[in-house]
Amino acid sequence: MSDAPVLRMESVRKTFGGSVVLRDVGLEVAPHTVTALIGASGSGKSTLLRCANLLEDIDDGAIWLDGEEITDPRADQDAVRRRIGVVFQSYNLFPHMTVLENITLAPRRVHGMGRAEAEQRAHELLDRLGLSGKAGAYPDRLSGGQQQRVAIVRALAVKPRLLLLDEITAALDPELVGEVLNVVRDLKADGMTMVLATHEMGFARDVADQVCFLDGGVVLERGTAEEIFGDPQRERTRRFLRRIVEAGRL
Amino acid sequence: MTVAKEESGREDADDNGDLPGADDGYVPSRRRLDRERYKRDRARRATGIAALSTLATGIVLYLVVVNAPGWPRTKETFFSAEYAREAFPKVLEGLWLNVRLLLVCGVAVLVLGMLIAVARTLRGPVFFPLRALAAAYTDFFRGLPLIINLMIVVLGVPALRLQGVTVDPVLLGGTALTLTYSAYVAEVFRAGIESVHPSQRAAARSLGLTNRQALRHVVLPQAVRRQVPPLLNDLVSLQKDTGLVSIGGAIDAVRAADIIAGRSLNYTPYIVAGLVFVALTIPMTRFTDWVTARMDRQRAQGGTI
Repeated sequence: MSDAPVLRMESVRKTFGGSVVLRDVGLEVAPHTVTALIGASGSGKSTLLRCANLLEDIDDGAIWLDGEEITDPRADQDAVRRRIGVVFQSYNLFPHMTVLENITLAPRRVHGMGRAEAEQRAHELLDRLGLSGKAGAYPDRLSGGQQQRVAIVRALAVKPRLLLLDEITAALDPELVGEVLNVVRDLKADGMTMVLATHEMGFARDVADQVCFLDGGVVLERGTAEEIFGDPQRERTRRFLRRIVEAGRL
Repeated sequence: MTVAKEESGREDADDNGDLPGADDGYVPSRRRLDRERYKRDRARRATGIAALSTLATGIVLYLVVVNAPGWPRTKETFFSAEYAREAFPKVLEGLWLNVRLLLVCGVAVLVLGMLIAVARTLRGPVFFPLRALAAAYTDFFRGLPLIINLMIVVLGVPALRLQGVTVDPVLLGGTALTLTYSAYVAEVFRAGIESVHPSQRAAARSLGLTNRQALRHVVLPQAVRRQVPPLLNDLVSLQKDTGLVSIGGAIDAVRAADIIAGRSLNYTPYIVAGLVFVALTIPMTRFTDWVTARMDRQRAQGGTI
């Protein structure tokens, strides 16, 4: 029972206008594991995450969260999103709210938590992520790395079942990438189930239990990090990884 | 060489007094002093040129007006000190009505405009009639000339002789103003709502907020903040258009001037009324600037806590 996948996708198809972004995607994410989605830009990593959170309607196929089909039109989409946390590439903090207000918004408005309780939890999380003292600050006063850590706290504040991370370090200066990736490592140690789209191959190899290589709208190859990075079976995977190595990113 | 140094040093003496870096033994270089002197000279020259050209323009305009063939008569009919003195207190009394109209209509316009804007952004088939109605409303009242709207409401409604419906030209005029301005303000709000990046809504929805909660807590606060300057612009416009209620016979500033002008065949009261309206808008404009600046400052202060 505990091994039942948190997230399962089957034959997911998603097109934008005439272009097919996801052709036939299947995916299974076991509890307390980290799945890394890798692939070239435009291979559909972000789209896959947005579909999993119902920010995009899929054209065909089905997605299950804890065994419940969330792509069923009768499913309560808001209730589904409450169980999934998302961290975006561009942080997407609310600029008119302080850090504390950003974090407590959903616990208070969606989960009906009291103000004191929500703020106490927020402070605990901020402390844990090295952001104590930033609670009253507005997002535009923070560095990119700090903003992204606040975004992670915001996503964690509602105790999500699953955390989706969409290239969360892509907009950061190189020296700030580490502080954000360390947070993800800590979350993994805590047993958080995560799916992350990333260009940080070193990090993916380090932290992922399962690596999926997306190409041409399908998961072309999947396996453990050692399998994908050490001994890729498909020619296209090999070529992709070779380009990454040549670019000095692995 | 030494002479030149002394000279520049003396000239900049008062400038150096407020140098903050003095405690680290910093002495401004010759280069800096030269640059500062050059910039000062240039600024002085620019001010001089501006003053001179303003003066010249003023003189030319004055001569053109004063030498116009009809000036003596115009001066008498439009700029008579005697009539200005007579008109001023009455116009001011009438202006109080304009101010009250502005306050009441301003609030009504903001509320109604916001409701219409939100109605236009609602999704889902249930809201189709509401959405269509809101769109039709803005289309109609933005296109309808305000003066015609006023005539229809102020003159047409009393003609119906409906039981229990007011015939007070002030109330009816205020209603007409609110109808037209709500359409404009609704569009300002809608533009603000649409200017908030979709990723903000996506972030809110991904936290589990419903569409309505996302609108209320995330989208609207940002939209309203951004639209404060255009909103206040519309309020300034509304303020002077309150003068149009005079067509229904309400005694506002314009009507007060009208009465005197009609009796005396002297137009000075209109000039007085016009200047009074201008005088009223200037504080409003300054208020806009102040609000905008304060919002920025608050954010900046909040950021350093």
